[in-house]
Amino acid sequence: MTLSRQEIAARVAQDIPDGSYVNLGIGVPTLVADFLPEGREIVLHTENGLLGMGPAASAEEVDEDLINAGKIYVTEVPGASYFHHSDSFAMMRGGHLDYCVLGAFQVSVNGDLANWRTNSPAAIPGVGGAMDLALGARNVFVVMDLFTKTGQSKLVPFCDYPLTAAECVDRLYTDHAVFEFKDGEIRVLDLFTEMGVDELSRRLGVPLMDIRCEAGAS
Amino acid sequence: MIRKQVASPEAAVAGIGDGAVVMVGGFGPPGQPVELIEAVLDSGAKDLTIINNNAAAGGEAIARLFADKRVAKVICSFPKAIGSTVFDDLYLAGEIELELVPQGTLAERIRAAGAGIAAFYTRTGYGTELTQGKPVQKFGGKTYVLEEALHADFALVKAYQADPWGNLTYRKTARNFGPLMLAAAKTAVVEVDEIVPLGAIDPEHVVTPGIYVDRVVQASSASGVGQDRAMMEGVVA
Repeated sequence: MTLSRQEIAARVAQDIPDGSYVNLGIGVPTLVADFLPEGREIVLHTENGLLGMGPAASAEEVDEDLINAGKIYVTEVPGASYFHHSDSFAMMRGGHLDYCVLGAFQVSVNGDLANWRTNSPAAIPGVGGAMDLALGARNVFVVMDLFTKTGQSKLVPFCDYPLTAAECVDRLYTDHAVFEFKDGEIRVLDLFTEMGVDELSRRLGVPLMDIRCEAGAS
Repeated sequence: MIRKQVASPEAAVAGIGDGAVVMVGGFGPPGQPVELIEAVLDSGAKDLTIINNNAAAGGEAIARLFADKRVAKVICSFPKAIGSTVFDDLYLAGEIELELVPQGTLAERIRAAGAGIAAFYTRTGYGTELTQGKPVQKFGGKTYVLEEALHADFALVKAYQADPWGNLTYRKTARNFGPLMLAAAKTAVVEVDEIVPLGAIDPEHVVTPGIYVDRVVQASSASGVGQDRAMMEGVVA
């Protein structure tokens, strides 16, 4: 059993505490908003100048001046605020944003992130706010499938794809397991696959520390 | 007498010649000064350097500026667009120069220009291909990259309301790069939905003070209510 994309998003949402300021990237990270637990006040940031982003806008709610970073019409919640781009990125770079959740092509064993371009010569490069978020947010959570469609691990000794930022990933949420990058180790916080930690470690070619009991007790 | 309003988009973009460096506001469609971009198209100016977050994305007018090969170089963070291949085709054919800048660094380089700061150090992009060759320095054990201010000849920005002195308000996420670009350009041009009388904007709510603004034009596609009101009160030059 491995997790679906919705289930991974729900697993990330559990780890975002009450009172957090959070930026959710495009794709699976966006789904995290649907699973934030009831009763927690969590303020969503969108890089194009809004704190207090609400859900996607219904047809009646669409305001042409109100979109998110993925260019989707969204809503504002009571308590929202608007600001210009320099302020928006000062919130990241200045370490004010508590969490960001980003997608990835690859993550390396020392927490390097590659998520903005592949090596395809036909690909149009576009970085957006990924580099600013990866270095600026206090906690960088990455969401991805652990293996490519052809079965290659995306948790790699070194990223082949161009880097977004070095040593920036705090936690990696995948369909097989949740990993934490800490003190030069990769710790398994949660395991969903039928593979044990040892087998997963062999399959990835990466040493893993199983700390699930401790994590469960905390 | 300070009266920033000009009669038409053509008058607003007067002086943008071949080879000009032009900042264009907008993040996606919100904040795009569509009528000013159309006026630049009509002016025939070419070999432009465009500074804009999304290159050819975000609307028909800016896509046409690129498709008509009027842009020699673009400085942006994200040129890719869903449902548009205008930029992709030019880029892959080698017909346009691209300087790709992380979005926060782009914003801060523009802000620095308006604030008289020649350059600043940031951690963003360190160790990546986007900062190769740039000077670096360590502060407090962390390595930072030196990024230089980004100036322009013109800024074309969309705002919501302007008064005759050029004080501006914006709507929601249409604010984005607007306030930064207006301060960073030699000539700052604004397209607004509404022109209101002096004093009609609460000073506490002014987002861009008029000192940063040179020319204001009312968008013809807006309701026109503001202009009518302003004209009735005799404040529009």
